[in-house]
Amino acid sequence: MNLTLKVWRQKNQNDKGKMETYQVSDISPDMSFLEMMDVLNEQLIKEDIEPVHFDHDCREGICGMCSMHINGRPHGPQQAVTTCQLHMRSFKDGDTITIEPWRAGAFPVVKDLVVDRTSFDRIIQAGGYVSVNTGGVPDANEIPIPKSVADEAFNSATCIGCGACVAACKNASAMLFTSAKIAQLAMLPQGKTEAKTRAEKMVAQMDAEGFGACTNTGACSAECPKEISLENIARMNREYFSAKAKSENTDM
Amino acid sequence: MKLESKIPEGPLAEKWTRHKFNVKLVNPANKRKFEVIVVGTGLAGASAAATLAELGYNVKAFCFQDSPRRAHSIAAQGGINAAKNYQNDGDSIYRLFYDTIKGGDYRSREGNVYRLSEVSVNIIDQCVAQGVPFAREYGGLLDNRSFGGAQVSRTFYARGQTGQQLLLGAYQALSRQVSTGKVKLYPRTEMLDLVLIDGEAKGIITRDLITGKIEKHAANAVVLASGGYGNVFYLSTNAMGSNATAAWRAHKKGAFFANPCFTQIHPTCIPVSGDHQSKLTLMSESLRNDGRVWVPKSEEKAKGLSAKEAVDIPEEERDYYLERKYPSFGNLVPRDVASRNAKYVCDEGRGVGKTGLAVFLDFADAIKRDGKETIEAKYGNLFDMYKQITGDNPYEVPMMIYPAVHYTMGGLWVDYNLQTSIPGLYATGESNFSDHGANRLGASALMQGLADGYFVLPYTIGDYLATQPMQKVSDDHPAFDEAINDVKGKIDKLLSIKGKKTVDEFHRELGKIMWDYCGMSRNAEGLKKAKGLIKELRAEFWENVKVFGTNDELNQSLEKANRVADFLELGELMVDDALHREESCGGHFREEYQTEEGEALRNDEDFAYVAAWEYQGENQDEKLNKEELEFENVKLTQRSYK
Amino acid sequence: MSWFVRTFGSTLGRKLLMALTGIFLILFLVVHLAGNLQLLIPDGGKSFNIYAETMGNNTFIQIVSKVNFALILLHIIVAIILTRYNSKARPVSYENFNGNANSTWSSRNMGVLGSVIFIFIAIHLSNFWWVFKYGEVPTTTLENGTAVKNYYAVVNEGFSQLWIVGIYVLSMVFLAFHLAHGFQSAFQTLGLNHKKYTPAIKAVGKWFAILVPIGFAIIPIYMYFNNIS
Repeated sequence: MNLTLKVWRQKNQNDKGKMETYQVSDISPDMSFLEMMDVLNEQLIKEDIEPVHFDHDCREGICGMCSMHINGRPHGPQQAVTTCQLHMRSFKDGDTITIEPWRAGAFPVVKDLVVDRTSFDRIIQAGGYVSVNTGGVPDANEIPIPKSVADEAFNSATCIGCGACVAACKNASAMLFTSAKIAQLAMLPQGKTEAKTRAEKMVAQMDAEGFGACTNTGACSAECPKEISLENIARMNREYFSAKAKSENTDM
Repeated sequence: MKLESKIPEGPLAEKWTRHKFNVKLVNPANKRKFEVIVVGTGLAGASAAATLAELGYNVKAFCFQDSPRRAHSIAAQGGINAAKNYQNDGDSIYRLFYDTIKGGDYRSREGNVYRLSEVSVNIIDQCVAQGVPFAREYGGLLDNRSFGGAQVSRTFYARGQTGQQLLLGAYQALSRQVSTGKVKLYPRTEMLDLVLIDGEAKGIITRDLITGKIEKHAANAVVLASGGYGNVFYLSTNAMGSNATAAWRAHKKGAFFANPCFTQIHPTCIPVSGDHQSKLTLMSESLRNDGRVWVPKSEEKAKGLSAKEAVDIPEEERDYYLERKYPSFGNLVPRDVASRNAKYVCDEGRGVGKTGLAVFLDFADAIKRDGKETIEAKYGNLFDMYKQITGDNPYEVPMMIYPAVHYTMGGLWVDYNLQTSIPGLYATGESNFSDHGANRLGASALMQGLADGYFVLPYTIGDYLATQPMQKVSDDHPAFDEAINDVKGKIDKLLSIKGKKTVDEFHRELGKIMWDYCGMSRNAEGLKKAKGLIKELRAEFWENVKVFGTNDELNQSLEKANRVADFLELGELMVDDALHREESCGGHFREEYQTEEGEALRNDEDFAYVAAWEYQGENQDEKLNKEELEFENVKLTQRSYK
Repeated sequence: MSWFVRTFGSTLGRKLLMALTGIFLILFLVVHLAGNLQLLIPDGGKSFNIYAETMGNNTFIQIVSKVNFALILLHIIVAIILTRYNSKARPVSYENFNGNANSTWSSRNMGVLGSVIFIFIAIHLSNFWWVFKYGEVPTTTLENGTAVKNYYAVVNEGFSQLWIVGIYVLSMVFLAFHLAHGFQSAFQTLGLNHKKYTPAIKAVGKWFAILVPIGFAIIPIYMYFNNIS
């Protein structure tokens, strides 16, 4: 099939950037979206035009690196998939497709469709872990964890950190991402010890990065390739409010 | 140079304990005076960086991805082995050791493998303490499943995303150390050279992938945890960015490269759909528990056969070739056997699908027997993924599968301490060669990565550091500038060629050569031909490659060019190694060396050694060094799955 | 900065303020509707006038009413702060943003809905509250002989004008959409999301958002047609 692509081109972080239009032809419906982008790039290189830069790595929907806003939606028109798993059979011959980077102040554009998501790493660094050193831990079966709790924690833990939640949110809020980690660790006995300070610190870091506030539109969860639920945000709120009410930490 | 494996003396079960006692220690107050570089943040790298920092060392951690959490360990599906014997089914450290040695077709070291089995139990404890949500039974205790033909259930798992959960555990441990300031992170930074001072590894040269800045980093020791080299084949289940550059450039600086021809081909991947294909997606091996593998008996029927049409092929015209040839193991033969047989039927012209490079994996009988719900509960997410990628619904039509490159058992040669042949340079995880021999068992890659990073390297690196002067290594040494100039020279050259062919075109061609002649089955004639083809391709690359843009910016085409340049050299070494190893073992199948029934024929007399290759200079054949493998505890037998 | 200021200055703290004030205002709507429905009793405004008089003379009610004004103001101020904060979080907007694919229109436009409701409140207050408090209200005599202010007459007079009725009815549509999202959103913000109870909260929220505005809208419509006939 033949397609018209409107792609965001931006030389670097300081460049203003603009949309450019390209044509690609003979696209097979079996191609993944990123393979279609590969075809475009091969074509551009042959025409002496700089190829479109985009983030991608595992191409099997788990590393969280690919990040395209396609036709107004993060990861394109399909539910519960990443861009790399989106296939061209989801489009029709003659379609015009707009491709933009994630848009958020906390995700500055590095080049073309590549954005800087290190803000997510800093949120995890603020407290998204259990403070245990290697060695000296109890036997794995010493603490039984009800299957339902383990499953629930797993659901939260499947977040791939792609940032689609931020991209979809009208406020560019990172609450789904932050809450998924807070919730996972708050549910498990291993993480409970630090649950309160973790919630305080991670929320503070999230705010410091300049992500917006949540208005509960639910867009994040609807667009999440791993279908992380809004219950995580509610749990984060509970953890945070109770931490604020009870903790003896007056510095935060 | 004599290769010293440094396996400690004494009974197998006591080697590691004794060794831990014998290695030199660095006093806790002195650890903070040392700096260690860790390249790669997958399971092996992140766990090592976190643990070293916890011990007090100052760590610099590098990854080419935008975040350490995206390293390709994240894509591992099945699980992680550990000899916990929670199922009370007779598992033990010795049994895991034995299975791993045997599965590796007796081409790995007893001492290393025993240690791996020994620390496997600690890994599970550690991960659970970190909050990794492993699958559990209703009673709240950890669940296990069986895997890859093992006779016990020792695989711990987190649905089909075990690698992700383990990596996030290690990433979080690493993040904690970043917040304490003990680890400095360098994302989107690629190692392009190793710096030696007086023959010892004392730093690396990196390129900042965003600004293009070439930088020098000095340290008291360097750890490579940079993964495998499966992407030499262009199409593999590796991530697009997975590359051999760090390991290869260390090799060119003197680190020996061991058993490069040992590559693992995974039998159940989604077949190539066309020339546009950029990577292959693996479907968990567990599918073979219920799916039946077949192709039509006749070539005419097979040609271009789609999955939809396959439903109408009558039973008597189908060839369930694995069940026919291996009545006792049937569809559950090991990975290498299943892969090779798929290749044979396709070579006979009985492959199906548009390309003729696919076989059916049929669940119709299983669905009839157990009901759709049961199959859905077991494989639902895999079926969904398959449908997403191919558009076919496996509940109604058979899946199509084909083998794909998945893992590389070969890698940098290391001794028992995980130190390479360069003092101060260590290699962990898939980047070293140490534990899997000629074939890796399912669910053992995660185990090895974390064993190295959490429990082995943090001890053994002290043995080296304790001998080093307690001071910061300065990057003023001329060796750094020399290395920087080399790196810059290479980049300038790549950018100045301005030829006609894109990097991807070269990579695709290399991949095809490797797959055709050094893939699932190899022969001397093909390998010799491949060597010539690779040389030609490499020569053409340096004259005709087209790399767009400049060095001073984010330039993905330059990144690729750098990596492919190294693949073009490594590919030749793989061919050399495959050619010299005149036997069939594990993932290395030489057509000349097979039993009458067509099974792999090992030659323990002449080839029970590690082939460690030594770099001799541009376009020179490499020198072979042998480390003889000594088996004191296991008896070498021929594998049989009939 | 004290921990208290910091807590309520955080994104979550501000959300909490929105949710708590929102829930208070939801409760206020119930009480307000219950009182106002007395306008529909066909007794020439007697019940309503007694009710209004009682409310006006009760100190507790007067305090609650001041608190109510304060909370409306707080709800608005925090909303403005959050909206400004949120718009800064995405300095460059998308060329193509398909919000309908993943969220309801009302959830994305609470600010617009709220602003319209704010204008309505201003009109509403100037129409009645201001007149009741500071304007000329005729008096009427109850059966027992006491003279009371005839608030009913003021309302009746207002709702005899079609354009005022139109504004009221239209505003209730906006209120309905504001509530449709706001009701359940407040519970979510408070952390009350549970597999068992959330469906109930959502159902109650939906019916609340439909019935309460309808209840309010019936009053002007009824009184208008009552006047015509």
